[in-house]
Amino acid sequence: MMQDPMVRFQNVTKRHGSHIVVDGLNLDVARNEKVAIIGASGSGKTSLLRMLMALDPVDSGEIFIEGEPLTHMERQGKRLPPDMAHIRRMRGKVGMVFQSFNLFPHLTAMGNCIEAPMRVLGLTRAAAIERATELLEMVGLASRKDYYPSQLSGGQQQRVAIARALAMRPKVMLFDEVTSALDPETVGEVLTVIRRLGEEHDLTMMVVTHQMGFAREFADRVCFLHQGRICEEAPARDFFHNPQNERTRAFLRAVLEAG
Amino acid sequence: MGVTPLAIMLGLTAAALWWLAGHEDYRPFMPGLVEGAAVTMRITVAGAILAVAAALTAGLARLYAPAPLRWLAVTYVELFRGTSALVQLFWLFFVLPQFGVTIDAFTVAVLALGLNVGAYGAEVVRGAVLAVPLHQWEAGLALNLSRRQIVARIILPQAVVAMIPPWGNLFIELLKGTSLVSLITLADLTFRAQQMNQTTMQTGPIFTLVLLGYLFMSLTITIGMRLMERRAIRGLGRRA
Repeated sequence: MMQDPMVRFQNVTKRHGSHIVVDGLNLDVARNEKVAIIGASGSGKTSLLRMLMALDPVDSGEIFIEGEPLTHMERQGKRLPPDMAHIRRMRGKVGMVFQSFNLFPHLTAMGNCIEAPMRVLGLTRAAAIERATELLEMVGLASRKDYYPSQLSGGQQQRVAIARALAMRPKVMLFDEVTSALDPETVGEVLTVIRRLGEEHDLTMMVVTHQMGFAREFADRVCFLHQGRICEEAPARDFFHNPQNERTRAFLRAVLEAG
Repeated sequence: MGVTPLAIMLGLTAAALWWLAGHEDYRPFMPGLVEGAAVTMRITVAGAILAVAAALTAGLARLYAPAPLRWLAVTYVELFRGTSALVQLFWLFFVLPQFGVTIDAFTVAVLALGLNVGAYGAEVVRGAVLAVPLHQWEAGLALNLSRRQIVARIILPQAVVAMIPPWGNLFIELLKGTSLVSLITLADLTFRAQQMNQTTMQTGPIFTLVLLGYLFMSLTITIGMRLMERRAIRGLGRRA
């Protein structure tokens, strides 16, 4: 098991109608590795994360988490499509933070962070609150635990969403353009939380982002997606200092010009 | 609109009833009409409870249940929405006994009116649930909640806020619909009024009191629903 990558995409394809979103993609992510995924919109970045979170099924290919298949199951040597129990067991290894936060508006920050730990992990209320308090402290929002999402700024909501995902103790954390919907002045506070998370915790992290500066200093490896394939991947420093592919160079130029 | 103007209207209605009840042209009708109003209220409350239960069951079944149950829910909604409440009352009260099933008038009234309003309510439930953004489902899935947990803990609590105003309308429809039960021998407010009208011919006083009586009850419903709505909105941390 030790040599298995944390996450493996094997020849994964995803279509929306006749449009191919992800095209025979292969990607291994090592345990505790921080991977930044960049690319133009429509290049398949978000689809990648959504398939790994089991929100969207793959059309073909396989995804493994810790060497275990997510996209099928094996019973007495037979390959079967995954049933709900299998999907839920695998989902438990993964957590996801969304572009639009998606906090539950009828629950407070604390309520958002304890709902699933109580219902899914079976924690007692007291245990769930203890864990959530630690996490809200970590994201700097302990004093806002009784606020409803509508009473929090975008950056604060996103930090609650991070705490909420962490409360489920995932092994892999997915961040899907988590700063794209934020006011510029609140982007920093969210990135700081993600950075600290990477430094202080044993977590495999996959970050879809348009923040090139963040990708460069945060990620171990950067993958550039183009038309549903990984066009170029390299350690962060090499990727930005010496991109090999013409498409990567064009993309980085365009992003740089946009500021 | 806030609750205050409604409360003032309710106060004025109550004051008018009180004042008229002291008047000698009106006083004799009061005991009978109060008894009738009590029957009207009992049918309304029992019918409302049945309506909410039927609406939640059918509305959620249409969205989430497997095919046979879904069809059953569609059949229920179309049957009770597509035929008149009066015909439903008559059918249950006069036709069903021909098949050997006799139900007492009060139960028939609650069944017919409750299921009738519940059929409209099922669409209210369905619409309000569908209005909750899909993102909320996905957030629930990403936290590994089950479908049932997502519906019960995430979707429904949010949908309820949007359901309250249309339910206020439906409860008032239900209240007014209870006047039909006078036709299946129940002595509700309308029945009492007609009975006294036939014997005394005092149409003016009697139907003025009845009008104010219905207004008093419907304003009470409206205020109750407005307070519930306000609480539900506060529960989302927004200002009502």
